[in-house]
Amino acid sequence: MVDEVTRKTLSNIPLLKIKAGPRDKELWVERLKEEYQTLIKYVSANKAADNDWFRLESNKEGTKWFGKCWVIHELLKYEFDVEFDIAVTYPMTAPEIALPGLDGKTAKMYRGGKICLSDHFKPLWARNVPKFGIGHAMALGLGPWLAVEIPDLIAKGVISYKEKVAE
Amino acid sequence: MSAQKNVVVREKIDKMSSEVVDTNPYSRLMALKRMGIVDNYENIRNYTVAVVGVGGVGSVTAEMLTRCGIGRLILFDYDKVELANMNRLFFQPHQSGLSKVEAAAETLKHINPDVDIMTYNMNITTVDNFELFTKILTTSNLSNGPVDLVLSCVDNFEARFAINSACNEFNLSWFESGVSENAVSGHIQFIIPGETACFACAPPLIVASNIDEKTLKRDGVCAASLPTTMGIIAGFLVQNTLKHLLQFGQVTNYLGYSALTDFFPTMSLKPNPSCDDNQCRLRQKEYAAKPKPEVAVEAKEEDQPFHEDNEWGISLVDESVEVKDNKINVAEGVTLAYTVPKQESVEECEEATSSNKEISLDELMAQMKQI
Repeated sequence: MVDEVTRKTLSNIPLLKIKAGPRDKELWVERLKEEYQTLIKYVSANKAADNDWFRLESNKEGTKWFGKCWVIHELLKYEFDVEFDIAVTYPMTAPEIALPGLDGKTAKMYRGGKICLSDHFKPLWARNVPKFGIGHAMALGLGPWLAVEIPDLIAKGVISYKEKVAE
Repeated sequence: MSAQKNVVVREKIDKMSSEVVDTNPYSRLMALKRMGIVDNYENIRNYTVAVVGVGGVGSVTAEMLTRCGIGRLILFDYDKVELANMNRLFFQPHQSGLSKVEAAAETLKHINPDVDIMTYNMNITTVDNFELFTKILTTSNLSNGPVDLVLSCVDNFEARFAINSACNEFNLSWFESGVSENAVSGHIQFIIPGETACFACAPPLIVASNIDEKTLKRDGVCAASLPTTMGIIAGFLVQNTLKHLLQFGQVTNYLGYSALTDFFPTMSLKPNPSCDDNQCRLRQKEYAAKPKPEVAVEAKEEDQPFHEDNEWGISLVDESVEVKDNKINVAEGVTLAYTVPKQESVEECEEATSSNKEISLDELMAQMKQI
């Protein structure tokens, strides 16, 4: 389900053109450039809108991604490690974003801390192959998941605020 | 399996015998020959089947094939046995913590030591593992050739897609199977590359569960499961595997199961000539060029996914409104999970990223880090 807010978010994320996966050698490099360009634009737009919420980087091949995402809840910042592999079937299938630190703490996860996406996400992705990329998966997959789950997990006392050691 | 007195260990048996004695584990299977159901039951020992995913469906599938005396069984999974799996068949609480393939192999070897079991504790969808996966599938039958059949018993879309790519690329026949996340419907689908629809030919099919979507609660859980539904689907899967390998009866192209209404839709699915998977299209060409020995079975014309012409871009956001129109009936009681707009050639668009030959990936990676 895409609401007004997401619609606006989406308008900040450029669409991708190259349909290539990690097995496609040279074409994958071009796709990867698109992914990075998209992410740079999206993260910059988030920053400009005072809505910065994640950082990502990848290995040289662009097949393993990792970084941080965070949620501000009642003026406190909760930060989580994010990671995912780019499957051989990407971009036909969406990346399976994982928050390994929350593995086992919520039922809205599959093994390894892979977040459980709404019924709407995969159809939406499938309809937009190859135009959607990692930025879209973050915005439409992880973003809404964090917005719902994190406040709930805090309320349940499953996660608690950790003071940053040595700023 | 715990240490008990009088533990019976079943010894290996060189040749399947039809002798009807209490000590012959194959007597009732070989009786299928005497009854005229199967001509050549002992041929089962020549076949190699790969089971991808050893969960609720895959483990039962593996046990059935083991009891049937399959020649070689290749198991893939990267998960561990957990107590949360105990609502399903096969695994036992004392196996918690073991890898699923390891735990399964141990039980299966006890049941029937004649079956050659190979196990791979790995995720097949990553780039490195996928290469290994295809190598195993193409070189692991009893004479080091391609496996005779691949059974997909995985629980996610990505792995199904990976199996589909591998089987299209290497021309391997496979069965897709699945149980819905609400545990009350399931299906099996036989995919012969080029001959029947592949997994990428159309969006996944959904067996109508006759539950009003609005009343279906998904609060706080990803998936439910029942040993019953999974056992039934595993049964369908192995039954059709036996029919295919031993050439008896008719192998079903698609068989669905709706638990709430005891409804079993079946149909044939033709491949999509404009399938996204180019290996599928290649296999279709090969198949079209092949002389057809048998009279073609009347295949039901598959409805092309209907869609309104959809200015691509952000209009996709209206999908919540479209939902009702999306329910295309493929056969009675079966619908496509969603519709996909016809692939337009991606045209130049102001929103699209400018594919920059000048800028290098390293520069972009560095830029990203600097934000």
